[in-house]
Amino acid sequence: MCLAIPGKIVEFTDEENQIAQVEVGGVRRHINIGMLDRDALRIGDYVLIHVGFAMSKVDEKEAEATLRLLQDLGSYEAEVAQDEIH
Amino acid sequence: MKFIDEYRQGEIARRLTRQIARLTDRRLKVMEVCGGHTHTIFKYGIEDLLPHNIEMIHGPGCPVCVIPLGRVDDSISIALQPGVIFTTFGDMMRVPGSKMSLLNAKAAGADVRMIYSPLDALKIAKKNPGQQVVFLALGFETTTPSTALTILQAVKDGIENFSVFCNHIMIVPALKAILDSPDLRLDGFLGPGHVSTVIGTRPYEFVSKEYNKPLVVSGFEPLDVLQAVYLVVKQIVEGRAEVENQYGRVVERDGNRRSLEAIREVFEPRDYFEWRGLGSIAHSGLKLRSKYAGFDAELKYRAPGLRIADPKACQCGEILKGVKKPWECKVFGTACTPETPIGSCMVSSEGACAAYYNFGRLSKVAGRPAAQSSS
Repeated sequence: MCLAIPGKIVEFTDEENQIAQVEVGGVRRHINIGMLDRDALRIGDYVLIHVGFAMSKVDEKEAEATLRLLQDLGSYEAEVAQDEIH
Repeated sequence: MKFIDEYRQGEIARRLTRQIARLTDRRLKVMEVCGGHTHTIFKYGIEDLLPHNIEMIHGPGCPVCVIPLGRVDDSISIALQPGVIFTTFGDMMRVPGSKMSLLNAKAAGADVRMIYSPLDALKIAKKNPGQQVVFLALGFETTTPSTALTILQAVKDGIENFSVFCNHIMIVPALKAILDSPDLRLDGFLGPGHVSTVIGTRPYEFVSKEYNKPLVVSGFEPLDVLQAVYLVVKQIVEGRAEVENQYGRVVERDGNRRSLEAIREVFEPRDYFEWRGLGSIAHSGLKLRSKYAGFDAELKYRAPGLRIADPKACQCGEILKGVKKPWECKVFGTACTPETPIGSCMVSSEGACAAYYNFGRLSKVAGRPAAQSSS
């Protein structure tokens, strides 16, 4: 129910009705962007889509930070460091 | 796909689970509140990857599962009225009411249509000015803003043959009800990621401050869930109870201002709303403000509005509270299957019963393979 997927903005189709064309896995859809700050959106930005609405802009820096943390947490070095503590 | 594939790397997942195992061998119960997380946990076999001492308890965050039988019957009674086109998300079609489901109502001649977005219902209303279009609105705060914006759009476009049967609910009162429940002892929570894009992480702070339990808001990819479990367990081991945000790429502490404004503009809390399994919870459901009464299907149509008890054999209530596992229900996988569901937990792909059934967890033994090491 709360399923949402990221898609890339490819075109601002209808500014008055706040509609953008967003590409999700190769498929293009018209998505309502009324929940987001239009001034902060650019073509190529990723947004999280739920039932036809963009509910959040994906923060690329935060996404990278999470990935780095995941890689560090799962790294061989982290495992060795933990072993040394225990 | 960007922002998806990166969070599905098996090798990192395996290493992460080893890190979790090293944190503690204490027995811990962690509840994933959201049905989306339940789905991820089963789809990717996360239960099998986690060490045995960490037990995931599946929470009530599946709106299709918690909708009470009486509200399903009300939906069907509206759908059966002449001149009505009844629209709903696919998940709701098979949910059994006391006599039939919306799918049965459709077979019996009602005009029931499955839609992807509430805006589709509005389009149908525009195309069919001679008929009344009703949208069955349900879901947590993830979905509520889309219903609010659709109603605001209907106002803007001057569409009068459109109304909403509102069953929107809120996650925080449910979380409180679980925390106050004497049945259950939980050590920590995974917070719902997409609800939090709307409400932010601040509303959960009572969980750590008043109940001294850690809560980590989590994304929905397998590495997201594993990292969130790691963070919850780490907090417990270190004696901390905080609200942390694993899903920073889309969730901010204060949520989405525009979405919250749209919700406040269109909806107000009901005094009480009934949840399957959890009973009646104060201020947990939303209704349309009187300003938007013209779009309120509850006022427009006479629905029975009865409270109806679940079938005796069905244990959805206990399963939704996390007190029982699906295989402990007598009808699970026998009389109750996704094709012929008795309870709603078997219908939605986010329901615990459907997840256990579809991914082969048909018994306790199948649920946790004995071969796995717990160290």
